[in-house]
Amino acid sequence: MPASGCFAHEYAQAMDLGRLGALVTKSVTPKRRIGNPVPRVAETDAGMLNSIGIPSNGLLYYIDKLLPHYAGVPAPLVASVSADTAEEFAAACEALSVPGVSAIEANISCPNIEADGRAFAMSPKDTYRAVAEIKRFARVPIWAKLTPNVADIAEIARAAEEAGADALVVANTLLGMAIDTETRKPKLGNVMGGLSGPAIRPVIVRMVFQCARAVRIPIIGCGGIMTPEHAVEHLLAGATAVQVGTASFLDPAAMIGIIDGLTAYCERHGVARIADLTGGVRIDPGLTDRWLRLAQQSG
Amino acid sequence: MKVATRACRVVEHQWVNARYKYLRLSSPGHLARHTAAGQFFQLACPVSAAEAPFLRRPMSVYGIGPEGDRIEFLYHVKGVGTRALERLRPGETLNITGPLGRAFHFSPRWKRVLLVARGVGLATMAPLVPLAAHAGVSITAVLSARSPADLMREEFLRGAAANVHAVFDSDGSSDLAKVEPLISRLLAGERPDMVYTCGSNRLLALLQKLNAEGEVALEQQMACAMGVCLSCVRLFNEGGGKVFRRVCCEGPVFPLGAVAGEVQFG
Repeated sequence: MPASGCFAHEYAQAMDLGRLGALVTKSVTPKRRIGNPVPRVAETDAGMLNSIGIPSNGLLYYIDKLLPHYAGVPAPLVASVSADTAEEFAAACEALSVPGVSAIEANISCPNIEADGRAFAMSPKDTYRAVAEIKRFARVPIWAKLTPNVADIAEIARAAEEAGADALVVANTLLGMAIDTETRKPKLGNVMGGLSGPAIRPVIVRMVFQCARAVRIPIIGCGGIMTPEHAVEHLLAGATAVQVGTASFLDPAAMIGIIDGLTAYCERHGVARIADLTGGVRIDPGLTDRWLRLAQQSG
Repeated sequence: MKVATRACRVVEHQWVNARYKYLRLSSPGHLARHTAAGQFFQLACPVSAAEAPFLRRPMSVYGIGPEGDRIEFLYHVKGVGTRALERLRPGETLNITGPLGRAFHFSPRWKRVLLVARGVGLATMAPLVPLAAHAGVSITAVLSARSPADLMREEFLRGAAANVHAVFDSDGSSDLAKVEPLISRLLAGERPDMVYTCGSNRLLALLQKLNAEGEVALEQQMACAMGVCLSCVRLFNEGGGKVFRRVCCEGPVFPLGAVAGEVQFG
């Protein structure tokens, strides 16, 4: 499925949207927002920085004008939502619990929204409060989208699970910054922004692994997936499903290539169901002990 | 699918002057038949030990056809992407995604069009020249360049007849104070059915000041180029207010009067 912010109905020009596992729309906010100054993207080594600033026409426009675009598509629709307070989050999720919305992804992590990149998902307490409040009002499953800009993601994952989240999306962009050394200006209009692309994949795969050990609810891996093998890596680390973002900017049909490639991988490895890959990383629990014994023998 | 990524073969790739390079591709699927003047492609500039562009580079088409597989680009070798692109040799493969964006409007019933180009904007407008010439529509062109060596008049006209006014930075003839009376005279005297421009915000502002009716092709930094990422927005006048529009899919061709100004700060 697509990562929020990296998908819109315009991609129907380049692929059959019905082949996707789900459609995840760009975060909608309760009220209209104009977004951040340009430049909003900057190329980096094996990735990109963005600070779009969640331009949004608000909830009413989303429900009246955007949802109908997906009415005929057989894939379930997941509405991503951002808000400034737990109460606004809850009200927005209640308003979005309408026919045509199969689940809501609560973007409690976008680093661009608040000053210095702080967000709900940077503290277990704020995560618990936001998710618990949302769960009181929403009538569809709630996915909590976590930020990787934390010291201990497992702690945040547990807080979201305890508050009632139905799944976790791990994770979002890493807060970064780039400077043009000729002009000495930041490369983004908003100075700092979120790093995405293959550059961040090892960091996010590690976080998927840590979260999978910490919670029982499903984890959706999201970070740096460009190829079918990258998706398999997320699944083996513990993800139940994956999201693809930046890769679609390089090829609008990238997700179709990844879906086809996953089928080919499963055939090649005799895997009957994608679910059989989840958490399938082969870690030898006795390796460290054997290594230490060997080290002792070496004197 | 309307938009697809296709592996094209490099047929010809050569310098036309010290800064600009010409690239001719052979595409599968007769791309030229589905591509119109003003549209662009996303180019997957090749990664090498020297250059590693990550994002695709949006580039408007310089030539479309006449053979169904012929797609041409004319570009300024300037940054990481174009330096990487420049290294491609004939016979090698280049992946391109498109065609993208809205094309210039054109009617074969018109009598005369005025093209106002500067720098690489000339490449974007070049496909209009054979379109007009073939339809018997007269062409007047104001070409602005740093110096006569940079002009690329032949690359622009490619043998078509046109009434050309070349102006240069090197002799001061491209100063707005001198270009304004020239364009005023052309608008009043020739009464073109359509004015097209690309490549200069100053010339765009001048055409707006002179109330010229026409279209401009805008350039903007992009990521997805399909209207998804919202990174290429610019400000436009619409319905008495100001709105942000995506250059990639709501443009890159816009009505001259709609562009509200530069949204590039600093």
